[in-house]
Amino acid sequence: MKMKPAKQVSNSTRSNLITIGAIIIVYIICQIMIANGSISNLMKGLLIPLCYYSIMAVSLNLTVGILGELSLGHAGFMCIGAFASAFFSKVTVDTIPNVFIRFTLAILIGALAAALLGSLIGTVVLRLRGDYLAIVTLAFNEIIKNVMNVLYIGVDSEGVHFSIKDAASLNLEEGGQTIVNGPRGITGTPKDATFGIAILLLILTFIIIINLVNSRSGRAIMAIRDNRIAAESMGIDITKFKILAFTISASLAGVAGVLYSHNISTLIATQKNFGYNMSIMILVFVVLGGIGNLRGSIIAAVVLTLLPEYLRFMQDYRMIIYAIVLIVMMIFNWNPKCIAWRKNHSIKGYLAMLFNKQKKEA
Amino acid sequence: MAMLSVKNLGISFGGLRAVDSFSITIEKGELYGLIGPNGAGKTTTFNLLTGVYKPDTGKMFLDGVDITGKNTIEINKAGIARTFQNIRLFKNMSVLDNVKIGLHNNYSYSTAAGILRLPSFFKSERQMNERAHDILSVFNLDQDANLLSANLPYGKQRKLEIARALATNPKLLLLDEPAAGMNPSETEELMETITLIRKKYDVTILLIEHDMKLVSGICEKIYVLNFGTELANGLPQDVLNNPEVIKAYLGE
Repeated sequence: MKMKPAKQVSNSTRSNLITIGAIIIVYIICQIMIANGSISNLMKGLLIPLCYYSIMAVSLNLTVGILGELSLGHAGFMCIGAFASAFFSKVTVDTIPNVFIRFTLAILIGALAAALLGSLIGTVVLRLRGDYLAIVTLAFNEIIKNVMNVLYIGVDSEGVHFSIKDAASLNLEEGGQTIVNGPRGITGTPKDATFGIAILLLILTFIIIINLVNSRSGRAIMAIRDNRIAAESMGIDITKFKILAFTISASLAGVAGVLYSHNISTLIATQKNFGYNMSIMILVFVVLGGIGNLRGSIIAAVVLTLLPEYLRFMQDYRMIIYAIVLIVMMIFNWNPKCIAWRKNHSIKGYLAMLFNKQKKEA
Repeated sequence: MAMLSVKNLGISFGGLRAVDSFSITIEKGELYGLIGPNGAGKTTTFNLLTGVYKPDTGKMFLDGVDITGKNTIEINKAGIARTFQNIRLFKNMSVLDNVKIGLHNNYSYSTAAGILRLPSFFKSERQMNERAHDILSVFNLDQDANLLSANLPYGKQRKLEIARALATNPKLLLLDEPAAGMNPSETEELMETITLIRKKYDVTILLIEHDMKLVSGICEKIYVLNFGTELANGLPQDVLNNPEVIKAYLGE
């Protein structure tokens, strides 16, 4: 797979600061629009999804762009994070009344659960490479989703009960509560996720990955991507760093899952939200945003989530337009001639030209 | 004690005995040359010494430590670093980062310290940068430190590979055709660089090379391989005048 060349260090630090600044500015604009009511309900409902899709895209970029391995199971980790944290929040909704503490703990639990599963799956599947890895991760994605559909978990005074048959076989005491109800999922999760927290988590995700990339471990991960044999002969533990990258990527997907589950009232694992459709959609964000380019991932996630919503007026033609936009974006991003054209016609270039002209006149 | 002592190393691929009873003793600080016709098993020998292949027979000791059957990572940590015949740089990373990968095991801070930017991160990174710039300046590469390594000209890529290998702080450096594809003046410069790093880093070197000017110019001893077996071994003037070596490799 082709990689976007890493930029120079000083440049990349500045460009990361610009990205974080842009996210904050967008947040402020949205808040102002919410305050004076000039934002549609549709848009308002999309603000948190935009954040968790962006987190998904950025975290998958760690696996695909930085580690250089193709994973098609990212939605599975989101699923685990969503269920683990929703379970926690629902159980503790009465015992921990403080929303901030409860949601912080929920985020940690979601991230930990996804990281645990990520490291387990990673240990097994990262022996494979390329297409084979993609197929196996896809399979694990489906397994996770389907397990969630048959899992019944209840809580009573004796503790937690599990079943994979039905809710009755949980043998709950009187007053016991079925938390995860098989295909009906978890209902009544407290809606703790807010746009502010979502933005904060997106920025945190971004910083975590940026800091990882520009550290000793991150360099090792990229060395494995660039040349496995040379990395090994430099004494870099290939297995360790592959699993490390995969685990961090999974745990961040878990965080996105936490946002997801705390933004809706009923959490069900379906094909649409945690199936391979979702995994592939996230991969589309990553590929169109530029493999290895974190800012691009966020932009692609935002544009490609908003687009189908704004194309609703076209009804049946909506998805055709969507597909055409994907193709155009792909050409614009990756075609060598387009890249050259963009370089010659960049905003930065025009600004520099303008600036130079003024200088000359002065 | 010898830096590297290898006894009867051998490996077969199916019915082909690629390397057979390879025995060599390299003293500390020596510069040994490994030559032989194409397909003689030179690179296979390097792959055996660095643990890429596991030998069927024989033993190898680095500075008195048995390294037989160890994997590539363990052997690198034990003190053997190598370069590759076909350049294997980390192409999408900067020149500086390539060298810092070489420093990976010499400086240590946890992944969490890196992500949270703890003081240990800044301390180690500063030391790593200084050390990496030191090594690069020996190779006259320090002004290219922030370039993408894929954008370096060919000769500098070869040098960067040696710099990266040196960064792992090896006792023994294996160079696989360091002068391949270089023009005479580049080769000349490379010979000077090799002489310089021997002095500066106190490293023992074993190199594969086809350029006889380089081999006879700087190697203190030469080992000739042919069809996986030893043809000659000893001082350059003896080896290069050996009629069998001339017949098999140098040409009459």
